[in-house]
Amino acid sequence: MITILETSALNTVQDLGRPGYRNLGVGTSGVMDALALRVGNILLGNPVDDACIELQTYPFVLRFDAPASLAVTGIDAAIEIDGRTILPWMVETVAAGQVLRVGPPKTGARGYICIAGGIEVPVVLGSRSTQLRGGFGGLDGRPLEAGDTLQTTGATLDVSGYGALPPAAVLDTVACGDDAKVIHLRAMPATDYELFTPESRQRLWDTPWRITPQSNRVGYRLSGAPLELHHRVELRSYGVIAGIVQVPPAGEPIVQLADANTVGGYPRIATVIEADLWRLAQARIGTRIRFHECSFAEGVAAMRPVDAYLDDLRMMVDRYRTSARCRAGIRSGDRA
Amino acid sequence: MKNDVARDTHAVPTISMIGTRAMLFEAPGDFTMAHQRRIWALMDAAQARPDVCELIPGVTNLMLIFAVPPDSPQAVADWLRHAWDTLPERHIEGRLFEIGVRYGGELGGDLAAVAAHAGLPPEEVIAIHHGSEYTVCAIGSAPGFGYLHGLDPRIATPRKTVPSLNMPAGTVTIGGMQAGISALTGPNGWNSIGYTEITLFDPCRQPPALFAIGDRIRFYPESIAL
Repeated sequence: MITILETSALNTVQDLGRPGYRNLGVGTSGVMDALALRVGNILLGNPVDDACIELQTYPFVLRFDAPASLAVTGIDAAIEIDGRTILPWMVETVAAGQVLRVGPPKTGARGYICIAGGIEVPVVLGSRSTQLRGGFGGLDGRPLEAGDTLQTTGATLDVSGYGALPPAAVLDTVACGDDAKVIHLRAMPATDYELFTPESRQRLWDTPWRITPQSNRVGYRLSGAPLELHHRVELRSYGVIAGIVQVPPAGEPIVQLADANTVGGYPRIATVIEADLWRLAQARIGTRIRFHECSFAEGVAAMRPVDAYLDDLRMMVDRYRTSARCRAGIRSGDRA
Repeated sequence: MKNDVARDTHAVPTISMIGTRAMLFEAPGDFTMAHQRRIWALMDAAQARPDVCELIPGVTNLMLIFAVPPDSPQAVADWLRHAWDTLPERHIEGRLFEIGVRYGGELGGDLAAVAAHAGLPPEEVIAIHHGSEYTVCAIGSAPGFGYLHGLDPRIATPRKTVPSLNMPAGTVTIGGMQAGISALTGPNGWNSIGYTEITLFDPCRQPPALFAIGDRIRFYPESIAL
């Protein structure tokens, strides 16, 4: 079991999401940065969709009431166990009573506390993710509060002290040397792209859009010179997925994300490709983002390095753990 | 298939990729039940495709979500066009729900505005509202929320420019040509004309949503407060 000692708003239990119920109006939820959770679960030998704690506000402090192995992924931050600094993206094992503190990120926005065996909350409609709008999933369908307890298996790994290279260090971004602080995202033109004026279409790609404070797990509202349609359109409600870029009448785009409604009605100008959604999840309010036009084929190809990164990690973790066990004379299957 | 084809809403469907794993099919023409029944037929056919892992039926449109990006989006689009042209309408003999409404009052606070927009007395707006039978044509936006077809055009009212910040679940609403019952308490841009005590979604119930596509709804006045 773990006990939350300190948290502010908006930190929740999430897994890879709740697909399959969008036809009933239930959005997928799930972690904003699926890559960070996948890395955490691979490091810990967990099933791919084990649940974690998604952090959006800091500091966050919890106590382990039972031994545990853990990894904090997604961000670089001051992370401590009983005052001892640990690295993100690394597996650590703690004893009962030890306290984990995650400070504000130096890079990134959303941190993931992954634990061997996952966070045990009831599976609702096939997922442990918190559905904040519907008020179910996760811990009673709500954000975590100080004093909350979460069940863990109490099992620890026999080998720890290894980690992963963060995705940002491995995966190439779009080649653009102008400003290191701008986040570059590839996007495919969507259904209503041609309904925008040629100047507005060009402006979509040329503008360094600023992520406004009206941005959260539902979506990011962007600020920049408004995009204009040739003429106003009334669209009928259509399905929405994470990454879709809609343009409300005021002309400033919204990127829909993990907690998006299942349907929407604003014109769709583009869709951020799946391979780049994690970059958006780690972009902080105030950051500027640039969209780069990409084709379907380029969007599909962009997933290959991501998949290769995860495959390599899975293999390396497996090899490291096997060899470490051999050196320590641990029989396979033993637990420390 | 291209995403940049000029839209011709009068003749052929519009088909576009939304990212690499979703494809949106939009029917040409008006929002009629005949078109919606063809969308339901398409939904049934698409359900049987092994590459489709999720479907989101909308209002005269359908989104297909694939487990992995399709090898040839063009081939899927051709299949959709052919299915659209050849499949008969799917008639769903839905269940009939009779729902008592407390019209007007605080929870139906926009009744006066709807009446003003329609140029009719509020009593007549209420009579017109419960005089129609509605069909659930799609479920979405919020868990269990049904988009209802069948609103009498005389009381169609545009969405509010300033949404209500905390409209309770169960509010009976009008949004443009669509009618509904709000599923969750929260911000809402539709016009409230009444209230009903009904739970549209319960994750512990099977199925979790009270309404299903094709269900029919009749409202009756439980009380009227003008």
